[in-house]
Amino acid sequence: MLQYVVSRILWLIPTLLAMALVTFLVMHATPGSPLDPVAEGANPLSPEAQKNLAAHYGLDRPLHEQFAIFVGKAVRGDFGNSFVYKTRTVREIIVDTFPISLLLGSMALALAIVGGLTLGILAAIYQNRTWDYVSVSLATVGVAVPNFVLAVFLIILFSFVLPLFPTGGWDSPRDWVLPTVALALAPMGIIARFTRASMLEVIRADYTLTARAKGLGEVPVIFKHALKNAFIPVVTLLGPMFAAVGTGSFFVESIFRVPGMGRFFVLSMTGRDYPMIMAVVLTYGAFLAIMNLVVDLLYGVLDPRIRY
Amino acid sequence: MGRAAVAVAVPVDETRIRMSSLWRDGARRLLRNRLALAGGIVVVLLCLVAIFADFLAPLPYTKSNFGRLNEAPSREYPLGTDQLGRDLLSRMIYGARVSMLVGLGAQVIVVLIGVPIGALSGYLGGRMDIFLTRFIDVMYAFPRLLFVILVMSALGAGLMNIFIAIGLTGWVGIARQTRAQVLAIKEKEFVDGARALGAGFGRLLACHILPNALTPIVVAVTFGIPEAIFTEAALSFIGVGINPPTPSWGQMVGEGQQYIRSYWHLCVFPSIAIAITMLSFTFFGDGVRDALDPKLK
Repeated sequence: MLQYVVSRILWLIPTLLAMALVTFLVMHATPGSPLDPVAEGANPLSPEAQKNLAAHYGLDRPLHEQFAIFVGKAVRGDFGNSFVYKTRTVREIIVDTFPISLLLGSMALALAIVGGLTLGILAAIYQNRTWDYVSVSLATVGVAVPNFVLAVFLIILFSFVLPLFPTGGWDSPRDWVLPTVALALAPMGIIARFTRASMLEVIRADYTLTARAKGLGEVPVIFKHALKNAFIPVVTLLGPMFAAVGTGSFFVESIFRVPGMGRFFVLSMTGRDYPMIMAVVLTYGAFLAIMNLVVDLLYGVLDPRIRY
Repeated sequence: MGRAAVAVAVPVDETRIRMSSLWRDGARRLLRNRLALAGGIVVVLLCLVAIFADFLAPLPYTKSNFGRLNEAPSREYPLGTDQLGRDLLSRMIYGARVSMLVGLGAQVIVVLIGVPIGALSGYLGGRMDIFLTRFIDVMYAFPRLLFVILVMSALGAGLMNIFIAIGLTGWVGIARQTRAQVLAIKEKEFVDGARALGAGFGRLLACHILPNALTPIVVAVTFGIPEAIFTEAALSFIGVGINPPTPSWGQMVGEGQQYIRSYWHLCVFPSIAIAITMLSFTFFGDGVRDALDPKLK
């Protein structure tokens, strides 16, 4: 077990390095350069000015050296200055924005897990009845329809038709509701589908029959015997869920004007803000890789049949 | 299905009869599934709209009427006009063309890259297989959409670049599927039989193994289409997808949502179009999966 944990943690390093390398190379293959003038169609900067700028940002050194410097600094959390927000370091921006994304993401994930489990259990208990159809259709819509489209529908329904929530912003908990729901629907649908399938299997298992046979009521049978076992396959989904919530936040944060990392990523994309893009990709990548590891280990804890 | 039938046409008559009956059974099951049928009909309609956009659209998608900006739906403009005074209905019709083109075109690229790599890796095994599976694992660790966005920002917006970006990232899943199938099938007796009869490497793979591995590949492709449509919409939404003035539904939602308080129609109609398209393809895909492989569920 310990050996497995250590080897998994050590595997994180090459994975992150590979991510950094891919991001670094892709970014440098881009046609636009921070040495170009900011205004569109303006005259190019003078060669001296370009040279100074390149030296300032370290862009005049050979590529492999730039990469080594970048990695060395990144390990210490130093991603340099943003090209677009010239007065702020990337680190400051990420420290400001990441907690907001984390809050939004955690709320969405919590809602997705609670909602998905509830819908899945209801669907399995009332198989082929109204609750089943309600939960399956909700799950299908959540999975199939992109979250920015869902966000538009949510705004129309709950800001215009029923003026309950604001259309955007991030000032009071009331602003949090719609972005959280928009972000949660897709993972919620996936969790509901999986829970339904694995509950249906578990409900027919011999040990559930035994629990019923010894006279247990429906509630303890479902919650004490069935759910525990049905939950195990659902845990494997949590890794991809983190990724879905992470990438989903780009769109949801843009629509609802949430000042999080996802929205900054979209803005830095169009501004070709290299340090910012690399920092965001690596932060997301590291976060997701660590979360995947946690989920895998959790899986072993929850299911004693699994041995490493 | 047409492509499948070509690949399946094996000179031995018996095989052809058995294989075509698999597809025929599948088609029968698919037709009985009402939801899938409805999805399929919508998909066909969307394809027709995409093909005949030039005849269906009342106005060219670039025609601006600066006297009538952001107008709500009226008799003259059934879905209203956008922020440049262009007819929203016409732009939606041309948007279908982009979505269908990306959905189908990207899958062709994905199949052309993914199937050969997966098949070779599964059939040959050895060092190449180890390298490939490692590579696939790393690609899986990278959130797919993040990678597509990165590639698009490097290549710049444009339809061709969307194909490339989706192709570069999408083949991994199909290669993995194909590899697993080939691994399982290459041990079967009929493959041994064919090899004993003197079939060479290419013939074994193309005529004996791949046709039998086709079902999960077809299923993966039917689910890959909405995935690609979603990717294009998402890219265009954040402005690194289709270049304006070519209309794309995702781009229309992205631009329209900025004015959602004052002009709801700008983003609502394209949103509805995306939702209907994605749901139709999902129902159709579910139907295809259930029809071709009743054991899966």
